Amino acid sequence: MIKQKRFRTGPETGTTWKRALKRDWELYLMLSIPLFLTILFKYGAYPGLRIAFMNYLPAKGFEGSEWVGFETFRKVFRDRDFLLALRNSLIFNFAEVIISFPMPIILALILNELKYPRFKKVSQTILYLPHFLSWAIIGSLTYTLFRTETGLVNNILLSAGLISKRIPFLTENLNWSITYLLVGVWAGMGWGSIIYLAAISSINEELYEAAMIDGAGRWKRMWYITLPGIKPTVITLLIMTLGRLMGSSYERLSAMGNVNVKAVSYQLAIYIYEKGLASGTGFSKAAAVGLFQSFVGLLLVLASDRFAKALGEDGLL
Amino acid sequence: MHRSKLNKFTVADFIMIVIIVLLCLTCVLPFVHLLSKSISDNAYVLAKKVYFLPKGINFEAYIAIFRDGQLTHSMLYSAMVTVIFTVLGLITTVMAAWPLSRRRLKGRVFFTFVIMFTMYFGAGLIPTYLLYSKLGLLNTMWVLILPLIFAPYNFLIMKTYFQSNIPDSLEESAYLDGASNTQILIKIILPISKPILATIALFLAVGRWNAYEDSKFFITKKSLHMIQYLLSMMVLTASESEKISISEASLVTTTPEVIQAAAVMFVSIPILCIYPFVQKYFVKGIMIGAIKG
Repeated sequence: MIKQKRFRTGPETGTTWKRALKRDWELYLMLSIPLFLTILFKYGAYPGLRIAFMNYLPAKGFEGSEWVGFETFRKVFRDRDFLLALRNSLIFNFAEVIISFPMPIILALILNELKYPRFKKVSQTILYLPHFLSWAIIGSLTYTLFRTETGLVNNILLSAGLISKRIPFLTENLNWSITYLLVGVWAGMGWGSIIYLAAISSINEELYEAAMIDGAGRWKRMWYITLPGIKPTVITLLIMTLGRLMGSSYERLSAMGNVNVKAVSYQLAIYIYEKGLASGTGFSKAAAVGLFQSFVGLLLVLASDRFAKALGEDGLL
Repeated sequence: MHRSKLNKFTVADFIMIVIIVLLCLTCVLPFVHLLSKSISDNAYVLAKKVYFLPKGINFEAYIAIFRDGQLTHSMLYSAMVTVIFTVLGLITTVMAAWPLSRRRLKGRVFFTFVIMFTMYFGAGLIPTYLLYSKLGLLNTMWVLILPLIFAPYNFLIMKTYFQSNIPDSLEESAYLDGASNTQILIKIILPISKPILATIALFLAVGRWNAYEDSKFFITKKSLHMIQYLLSMMVLTASESEKISISEASLVTTTPEVIQAAAVMFVSIPILCIYPFVQKYFVKGIMIGAIKG
């Protein structure tokens, strides 16, 4: 008798829907609102993807426009603008994985080794700050600092006699690329380190004590205890990063790009906006590129998840 | 950490401190420079004499911003949108995270998948635009609020927090005392979950305050644009004109530069003021919420 009245808190077992609904109807009612938002705004947009397979004309709408199969994709893949955008997106995102991804890990390792708690706290507070700034602000800061004629960095370098000619940080392709990547590192590194610091703090303290008794120095402890300890976190975040190998932030590109460096700053996010919304005529093309982008992103996530599991890690899903 | 206290202060410690100090300076100095510029006299800025201390102090740029009115209007409007967004976002995130954090809930794996899938596969800008247009959301304040209040990432962090911090026994004993599911959530769970609520509220508020893509994509009415969008337009026009400023450097007047510096400070100041006070909450919240198990 008591058993029947018991409140079930364990994992769902063979309960029928009728019983579950009767017991937890309030929970389902609560859940229905976020679920509704997800279905309306996220899944609700999926049917719109069909315009990638149509010759969509806004005046004719979904019903009136003609189906063309993969024709749009064929056109897109021959489009020079698209190929440029694709190349730039791949190069820049790959560079991000190599340059920006390890930085928060390195920063977390350094912060973890700092000896003065007060100093550590203050510096963390300062390092998290860039995450709270919009790309509009960061873009403006970048221009203030690195502009060729009036930028602070050029002014300082010049008046200190370190350079004899002003450096075009933002108007020359390679310089711009480096500045763009480094600003990205600067903006994301402090925030990214939080999660690794959390992972480090959950490593069993006894491991370090045992290692020290065995005579392991700082580097050995870092290499044999800390790094293996945060490996699952690193892998989870790496999978998520790889899923974005195709995407890039429209805000970041538009805040930092300029006409002089279009050859490198023209990426898929810009392509989609300019062909689709800005011109209003390339809806199908832009949707096809968006679909391609999402599809490759999903495949990359699944592939890297498989790969992580094959290596004996938890993976993401 | 007490394990490192056992060590002596070494060269490595010194190098690490130097690295951290330098990194911190890169975060602070740009603002000091910008602030100095925004309250300096145009002539000094023009002569490139303003580094980290203002010269010939005047507040004309700020006065111009307030007199123009558009930035102040957008600022108030953005603040209102951000507050509505954060409140609704917090409520909906709890409404998903709490039920789906309960292991007994039938169908939780399925519902969680339905939500998480959207994080990995998005429809993209154009289908989204067409959807909003069909729903009549374009050019309304709600396009900045409704589609984004419920985010899978926030949901995941809050769900993990509930799973690892609310023991089943707590819920069970409340239930035996006759509390309903809703009562348990409101009277018992939420009051002890303040760190995660503060964290998610901050994520929502910062995300909304800073984003302006949607302002650009879905809104054409000037009065409905967020402040960051206005700022981005100012920056964009300034950077586009860089090509001109190189060839005709002598023609450049610095007044727009000072105004722009003042505008950036105007938009950053609210964040710079609130940030140090909320910082400790979100770090704690992420620490607890982001770690699996």
